[in-house]
Amino acid sequence: MSGPDSASGRGLDWLDATGPHADVVLSTRVRLARNLQGCAFVSQAGEAGRLAVLSRIEEAAARAPLLEGAAMLRMPAVPERQRRILHERRLVSQELLGAGGEPLAGTAVIVPAGSTASLMVNEEDHLRLQGLAPGLQLMEAWRRVDGLDEEIGRTVPLAYHNEFGYLTACPTNVGTGLRASALVHLPGLVLTKEIEKVLRGVSQVGLTFRGLYGEGSGVVGNFFQISNQTTLGKSEEDLVDHVARIVDTVIQTELQARQVLMRDARAATEDKVWRAYGLLLHARSLRYEELMSLLSGVRLGVALELLPGPLVRLQNKIMILAQTAHLEDAAGRKLAPEERHAHRAEYVRTALEASAAAGNGEKGGTSGSQP
Amino acid sequence: MPDPKTCDMGGCDNPAVVRLEKVVDGKQSDHYYCESCAAKRGISLKPSPSFDVAEMLAQLGGGAPDPAGETESCSFCGLTRAGFKQGGRLGCPECYACFEVKLRQLLGRIHGSSQHTGKVYLPPDPAPDDAGRRLHVLHVLHGRLEKAVAAEDFERAATLRDAIRALEAGAQA
Ligand SMILES: [Zn+2]
Ligand SMILES: [Zn+2]
Repeated sequence: MSGPDSASGRGLDWLDATGPHADVVLSTRVRLARNLQGCAFVSQAGEAGRLAVLSRIEEAAARAPLLEGAAMLRMPAVPERQRRILHERRLVSQELLGAGGEPLAGTAVIVPAGSTASLMVNEEDHLRLQGLAPGLQLMEAWRRVDGLDEEIGRTVPLAYHNEFGYLTACPTNVGTGLRASALVHLPGLVLTKEIEKVLRGVSQVGLTFRGLYGEGSGVVGNFFQISNQTTLGKSEEDLVDHVARIVDTVIQTELQARQVLMRDARAATEDKVWRAYGLLLHARSLRYEELMSLLSGVRLGVALELLPGPLVRLQNKIMILAQTAHLEDAAGRKLAPEERHAHRAEYVRTALEASAAAGNGEKGGTSGSQP
Repeated sequence: MPDPKTCDMGGCDNPAVVRLEKVVDGKQSDHYYCESCAAKRGISLKPSPSFDVAEMLAQLGGGAPDPAGETESCSFCGLTRAGFKQGGRLGCPECYACFEVKLRQLLGRIHGSSQHTGKVYLPPDPAPDDAGRRLHVLHVLHGRLEKAVAAEDFERAATLRDAIRALEAGAQA
């Protein structure tokens, strides 16, 4: 286990790969909610209760082979910007950052070495384990958290009821405590106006969807998160499999919509894609929401083979690293909004130019020097 | 052709892409949202079940106010039924035993079932310190063993059998 300064290098592994169905699915996440037997849930626990839970979980984590070399970060001890970086990397939730950005005593996150998982301590439940994977890899993400859950549960007794299963603070999570989700990019369905029908279909088969968060609270860039709504009455594998099947159907529908776009509106689609790319290459100021919407256009362009393929991998990185805390970390200081937008544009430009210089721009061309 | 709908959220006039059907007291009304506002609402297009736990609990009360029931509280954490209704969150694992009957109904409404069929959890080192507790643990373990065998989870069944044997051996020592 190591200290707060080790936050910066962690949790980027899933960005470096693309994974299955990367043309539609950005990433996959599976989380488990767990609580300790005989301890009040977090909302009723008070500071002493939270600290007691934390020390028992730290002890269990220290004895878990899968957590060898993991970073144990007590949130109040992590510098403010590093906390936001953890959030931007999706390793901790908004809730763990605390009201007004002041994390509660006893909140913590454990980040396994070289892995794509995190364990939040004293969030809504005592323990929230999550596994992240690039592309559509729900079973893999599930196995990852299942292994962590087994190792923790072997050391510290978890709250479990023979009929209701794993007990959670909110009755909507009880049973398996499992939420499996996929972050999907659906520009074809949005542009062909089929999105409403598809999302309605998704919700009729027991799944929910929501937009990808931006700096504000709005959905940006045609990115949607699809996940299971219920957690009780089905086995973990069945829940994960159900989400995987539905996401697979959504992928097929999206790919058909993209074909329709290319058949019926090729010129307009190409124009949209190249405009997005051009703006990313040359803009001098970018808001995060605008960036996401431009990345959506570029991502579509790559999938339709209008733009060079390696850009997909670069985009995943840009989505994370062009967020405020990451930009401030790179600048080494706090940035006012206008400055932040300028730094973001510069970061994106530099990344794209470097990618082009490295020879990723051979198809479609990325600069005037290309034939 | 009808005009394209705009978003129903106050102060927003983006084009609507999502239609939400709401059924209140058997009457259906349609609401239209743009992509952004739909997402902000964490929208579920499914008319039911809705996950407003507090609202569902109120419905479960069946209309007739029950002042005695409202002050009924968890013996471990002190959360009252009224407190649960208000916040929609339980206070501790014991709450599930204290409010078991109501919760069984609620879980059925939310999940369509109240019976967990996922992983069977086996607490670490039961370490029974008296005969009564040992018997209880054995009883629980046998129940789990049956489930594991029924689910053809033989690996877990083997683990459970070992645990039962160890406990029985301990009893004779
Ligand atoms: Zn709107
Ligand atoms: Zn309680």
